[in-house]
Amino acid sequence: MTTQQRQVGVPAWIYLPALLGAVLVLLPLAGMLSRVDWSRFVDLVTTESARTALGLSLRTSAVSTALCVLLGVPMAVVLARTSFPGQGVLRSLVLLPMVLPPVVGGIALLYTFGRKGLLGAELDALGVQVAFSTIAVVLAQTFVSLPFLVVSLEGALRSAGQRYEVVAASLGASPTTVFRRVTLPLVLPGLVSGATLAFARSLGEFGATITFAGSLEGTTRTLPLYIYQLRVTDPDAAVAMSLLLVVVAVVVIGFARPGRTG
Amino acid sequence: MTLHLHATVADRGYDVALDVADGETVALLGPNGAGKSTTLDLVAGLLRPDSGAVHLDDRELSGDRAWVAPHDRRVALLAQEPLLFPHLSVLDNVAFGPRSAGARRAVSRETARHWLAEVGAGDLADRSPARLSGGQGQRVAVARALAADPRLLLLDEPMAALDVAVAPALRQTLRRVLADRSVVVVTHDALDALLLADRVVVLEDGRVAEEGPAAEVLARPRSAFAARIAGLDMLRGRWDGGVRTADGSLVHGLVTGPEPEPGDPVVAVFRPAAVAVYREPPGGSPRNAFAVEVTDLEPLGDQVRVRAGDLAADVTTYAAAELDLAPGTWVTFSVKASEVAVYRT
Amino acid sequence: MKRALLPALALLLPLTACGGDDESTASDDGSGITTLTVYAAASLTATFEQIAEDFEAEHDGVEVELSFGGSSDLVTQITEGAEADVFASAATKNMDDLVAADLTGAEPQDFATNVLEIAVPPGNPAGVKSLQDLTGDLNLVLCAPEVPCGAAAQKVAEAAGVTFSPVSEEQAVTDVLAKVASGEADAGLVYVTDVAAAGDDVEGIEFPESADVVNTYPIAPVADSDEADLAQEFVDFVLGATGQSVLQDAGFGQP
Repeated sequence: MTTQQRQVGVPAWIYLPALLGAVLVLLPLAGMLSRVDWSRFVDLVTTESARTALGLSLRTSAVSTALCVLLGVPMAVVLARTSFPGQGVLRSLVLLPMVLPPVVGGIALLYTFGRKGLLGAELDALGVQVAFSTIAVVLAQTFVSLPFLVVSLEGALRSAGQRYEVVAASLGASPTTVFRRVTLPLVLPGLVSGATLAFARSLGEFGATITFAGSLEGTTRTLPLYIYQLRVTDPDAAVAMSLLLVVVAVVVIGFARPGRTG
Repeated sequence: MTLHLHATVADRGYDVALDVADGETVALLGPNGAGKSTTLDLVAGLLRPDSGAVHLDDRELSGDRAWVAPHDRRVALLAQEPLLFPHLSVLDNVAFGPRSAGARRAVSRETARHWLAEVGAGDLADRSPARLSGGQGQRVAVARALAADPRLLLLDEPMAALDVAVAPALRQTLRRVLADRSVVVVTHDALDALLLADRVVVLEDGRVAEEGPAAEVLARPRSAFAARIAGLDMLRGRWDGGVRTADGSLVHGLVTGPEPEPGDPVVAVFRPAAVAVYREPPGGSPRNAFAVEVTDLEPLGDQVRVRAGDLAADVTTYAAAELDLAPGTWVTFSVKASEVAVYRT
Repeated sequence: MKRALLPALALLLPLTACGGDDESTASDDGSGITTLTVYAAASLTATFEQIAEDFEAEHDGVEVELSFGGSSDLVTQITEGAEADVFASAATKNMDDLVAADLTGAEPQDFATNVLEIAVPPGNPAGVKSLQDLTGDLNLVLCAPEVPCGAAAQKVAEAAGVTFSPVSEEQAVTDVLAKVASGEADAGLVYVTDVAAAGDDVEGIEFPESADVVNTYPIAPVADSDEADLAQEFVDFVLGATGQSVLQDAGFGQP
């Protein structure tokens, strides 16, 4: 990042819309900051309910991220390293949650894992109730976050290419050894940034959760749901919690920023 | 270890039979797209033949019934670039093969040190690959390939990406460590073929154009590509007391080898340095003369190589200036019959 | 670049046009149409749409613009400067907030009441018959205590001496209804009018304890309205025969 690149200049007018864009993103944050009641800030973000919501958010997001890694890494490898009929269509479908409104995701999950859903009877027979449980929160978060990990890892896999893997195989390494000792280490930066994005997306997940999981303190009321509730009853606390979420998100983005690695 | 390959790949128009005897190094020559990479891919297990088979000793690696995965073939690849795993030290790169074969860490590192020393890179063991020069990296890559104890080594233009200054040293190393091994080396370089290979196989358009001992193929090429690699001019035709080319002209020369029968396919081969260049056809000369159009001029030391299609003539820079040569100029290439070797193909 | 800019600008135009509309709220914009902006609680959506239509039919050149939302959200918007002419609240508390902010143009008047009802999925799979049944082992969904329907549910529970353990506390009545209608929840506590509005999607079960907690809907013109007279006319219309009949058809009670 420290190397000076030689470049031709950009048109002067381009700074204006660029600046407007930056303002559009940053101004609302400033607006929120201006409403923070600093004297009560610490009290507001450390109430019992706030700590419960933050704790639940961090725990469910961590589990969701782990699930994203467990499921998303194989998905990315299959998409990047194999070819089969319908792969392009499958890739688009897998990425769908990225562009769907989360509430649509919530409805889809409801009709899949809900009592009356596709798998409802089977889950019921197993004694598993998904809706209104923390499992539902994790499912919703994983559903919306998975594509972020898959996209960023598939990109990393494609740009890493297969040449190292070919060499490794010719040295006698089985596909599993190649995957473990060559592929994964090579794309580790991509995996880390993908997992971080997935974590951030999980932390911010709201629509699918409230549609599918409901809202109950300690069980399903994550930080965004808690903020949504506070917004009505205690706007000061909502602002304080929002700021907390912004800080967490900024830390996470800083961690995942592309180009930080290498 | 002996390799026997006879395979076709339909959509690449590939149909090649190739044998490598135990301890033999075979150089694969040929223009781009001739099928060199396809050959390596077939042997390494990166490509399935449409028909035919690949055998290493008695083991069928690819065939109608058999398919051995790349990692089970014990066929190691060495590419143009070292492709050292960037996240492993030089030592662990070289230990990768033994580790994959199930050796314990300490044992595999011991093996790695041995092979690093063997290629003269023992002092690089603790470096990161990022801190190696191109020549050092390729040395380490050689050690890594050898440490995997392959039964067959595939080298894909191993010196092509190196500075001309470091290539000779690596070539000497390869010559030493490959001496008793079964090796297929793809190269564009006559020197590589002469120094490393026992035998040369020239591929053209997915077929074997010619093969034979390296020195013989380069001294008396029968294929256009081998002639080009050897830096020789070649004209092809039928025997008619001389070489009767497709355009009807007759090229005289000294027949070497068995006397051709009329109509036999023959070639006339001569060195570009033996070719004289004239603006006007030299009248009544006993020499062979061809009217050609200059296509390219390239400096060659204190000389200029004048290219005219497949033919080349080396003239002094002074002569080139005197003749006022430029692409598009029509000239006459003239070569004495005594400078032309004629033989059957 | 210029060619690419034009469509972008064209896209922006409707946005700026919208902005212009907002500013001309509650004023004669020169075309002879007078716009009256009514902020009403979300539970009044269906009834107020009907009432507004009837009101427009009786007032030539008047257009009623409705904005629905949670009562507390609406109060926040009005105190933040939104140009509303009439505010119809789903709870006395929210109206009191507006009064306290000195933003009502006249004394608020109660125009409807609403009581809770148990909503169950069609067929009532959990066999719910009474309020007491809701304390059993079933998926009960309530409104969060912070929103009016949740506060009412809490009061009902206190009055009846039962304790609920809901699986979810939703932010809006519609979220409760959605979860009951989809069968995820076995029962929910919502207003009679909500059950009526949901049609065949849910079944309603009345319970006697609901009479202990009657929710009252107040309405008032907003202070400093440009159309103060028209705002008062609308309030009177809601309180009058037409308004009341629409409300009662939807299940609301008379105050």
